Amino acid sequence: MIPLSYYLIVSGVLFIIGVIGVLVRREAIIIFLSIELMLSAVNLSLVAFSRFSGSLDGQALALLVMAVAAGEAAVGLAIMISLFRNKGTLDIDEINLLKG
Amino acid sequence: MSIIITLIPLFPMLGALINGLFGNVLNRRVVGRIACGSVALSFIFSIVAFVRLLGLPHELRSFTINLYSWFSGVGDFNVPVGFLLDPLSCVMVMVVSGVGFLIHVYSVGYMKEDPGYPRYFAYLNLFMFSMLILVLANNFLLMFVGWEAVGLCSYLLIGFWYEKKKASDAGKKAFIVNRIGDFGFILGIFLIFVTFGTLNFDEVFRKSGEILHSGGIIPTLITLLLFVGATGKSAQIPLYTWLPDAMEGPTPVSALIHAATMVTAGVYMVARTHVLFLLAPISMNVVVIIGLATAIYAASIGLVQNDIKRVLAYSTISQLGYMFLAVGLGAFSNGIFHLMTHAFFKALLFLGAGSVIHSLGGEQDMRKMGGLKKHMPVTYRTFLIAALAISGIIPFAGFFSKDAILMSAWEKGNPIIWTIAVLAAFMTAFYIFRVIFLTFLGPSRVEHDTLHHLHESPRIMTMPLVILALLSTIGGFVGISVIKGGNIFGTFLEGVFGVHAEEAVHASLSFELLMMLFCMAISAAGIGLAYLMYVKRPDLPGKAASMFRAVYRIIFNKYYVDEIYDALFVKPVWSGSTFLWKGVDVKVIDGAVNGVGNGAMGIGQALRALQSGYTRRYAIYMVLGTIIILGWILWSR
Repeated sequence: MIPLSYYLIVSGVLFIIGVIGVLVRREAIIIFLSIELMLSAVNLSLVAFSRFSGSLDGQALALLVMAVAAGEAAVGLAIMISLFRNKGTLDIDEINLLKG
Repeated sequence: MSIIITLIPLFPMLGALINGLFGNVLNRRVVGRIACGSVALSFIFSIVAFVRLLGLPHELRSFTINLYSWFSGVGDFNVPVGFLLDPLSCVMVMVVSGVGFLIHVYSVGYMKEDPGYPRYFAYLNLFMFSMLILVLANNFLLMFVGWEAVGLCSYLLIGFWYEKKKASDAGKKAFIVNRIGDFGFILGIFLIFVTFGTLNFDEVFRKSGEILHSGGIIPTLITLLLFVGATGKSAQIPLYTWLPDAMEGPTPVSALIHAATMVTAGVYMVARTHVLFLLAPISMNVVVIIGLATAIYAASIGLVQNDIKRVLAYSTISQLGYMFLAVGLGAFSNGIFHLMTHAFFKALLFLGAGSVIHSLGGEQDMRKMGGLKKHMPVTYRTFLIAALAISGIIPFAGFFSKDAILMSAWEKGNPIIWTIAVLAAFMTAFYIFRVIFLTFLGPSRVEHDTLHHLHESPRIMTMPLVILALLSTIGGFVGISVIKGGNIFGTFLEGVFGVHAEEAVHASLSFELLMMLFCMAISAAGIGLAYLMYVKRPDLPGKAASMFRAVYRIIFNKYYVDEIYDALFVKPVWSGSTFLWKGVDVKVIDGAVNGVGNGAMGIGQALRALQSGYTRRYAIYMVLGTIIILGWILWSR
């Protein structure tokens, strides 16, 4: 059986890739995808913990995360469409009206 | 009797209320009548009280009435609002209300054109009320209330023409200088309460024999503190500087407050507390020294002043010094006697000066007067009578009172005191006749445009002059100390002061007569010198001034005392206050308040850089924050 650490390492790598994606890319869509990737990484570790601890809590939480991610995708895409209509771009460095 | 005593101060209070509240809607005639009428009623009732007192045997001539309890049940601190009528306060009440009434009448004419007419009479009535409270009070605290209230009225009336900067400054000066004296007075009152547990005059005086021992430190301290108060109110060295400046007020005010009544409050207070003063020989000596020094010092300044009212002001200070000399020597009834005669002739001098100033349209400089005798015959004659009285020429009032004081200086003091007092008398005769010669006689130096409206004052102003002249002439005959039984005044006050009042009779008759003649000769010499210098040889004063240039300059500038006080006290307080204002208030306090605001703004300014508007930067903050928190959690395990 594959030990827990393997799952966690894969999960961690995926999460870090997601973080870097969020930090370095400027297109809103890509950032959005990177966030989804981070959520998936977390889901993976939750399921893995659930499997190894024998409790179903982790799996239930993973399902919840998926549901929230679906809702988030809907709202996020709607915002992006609306942004694109108003500004004609999805470069988030251009979207900087709210600043000190 | 208690009704009569209560009514005496009540009338002026009602007058002040009516004129103060409704004066602006009332007719001027009505305002004047209310003001004069209320004081006239006070005077009538004080005469009634006096007659009642006379009808009683000596030892019963004292009434105490307690109107109500002011402080009670605060520990053992009980102070009633109560009045004490005995021969001493009776004399004071009669002088105050009598002279006050005449000056009220005079003011009706003098202030006729003034827009502040109702305000003036409201203040004047308020002053009468306060002064009567002061002299009638039967305890120290109520006396202090009257004491402060007359100070307030003095301030209000000196600064009556408050549009004039000099007048409002003079008012402030009087108020502040008086505050210094009042500080001593109230400390004295505290000490009395701590020592005796009461503030009522009769209880304090009764207990003083048992509690205090003569010459002890407590009675000395109490009386010295009380005397500090007296120097402030009665314009003695070192707190006299406010009185000459107080001449900025209307002239009837100078006559009433700064000559006849208020400034004598200090003498009255010392006489009233004579029981305590007699237990403190050191304080008595201090009173003598201060009184004598003030008498000669102020008289010397009076010699060279050119403003007619200022000469009279310095004369007042000098005469008050005489009164303190008398009370300090233990000749209390002589001091009060001089207080009374002085009230008559000094009020007359001031009112006469006011009449002159009124006629000249406000001119006070004697160098621009002269030859007014033919234009103002009544003023001239009455002024002359007052001048003779103050110089001590028989048979005018001042002769008897001044002679009595000089006699006690000879008997109870020593020849040095007597010599200085006689010298002051010489100066008095000189400066007052200098005023007469410069103002009424000699060639006219009146400016051309005022010359043709020179006029004698209206009857309402000359009548008080005539009455006061009459009093200045006959007022002295109640206190002839040479003849046994002639000192009616002293005998009347015996109930208050005990037997020492009549001690002046002990010297032999021939010696006293010789003394009188000598004093008269001295005064006559003063008058003669003034005549020589200002009528016969008008070039002499200039020559004398240039011969003793330095001395003249010092005296003319009032020994530079105002400048010295300015440098010693006013300037340091001024710069200290400026430092507190510009240094502490502006820099420290405002700085702290503004600093807090600026600090908040600065922090906000620095933090706004964080909110750049770049989403990815926010993401970095979040990641870094998460890493830090995680790291901290892991680290601290």
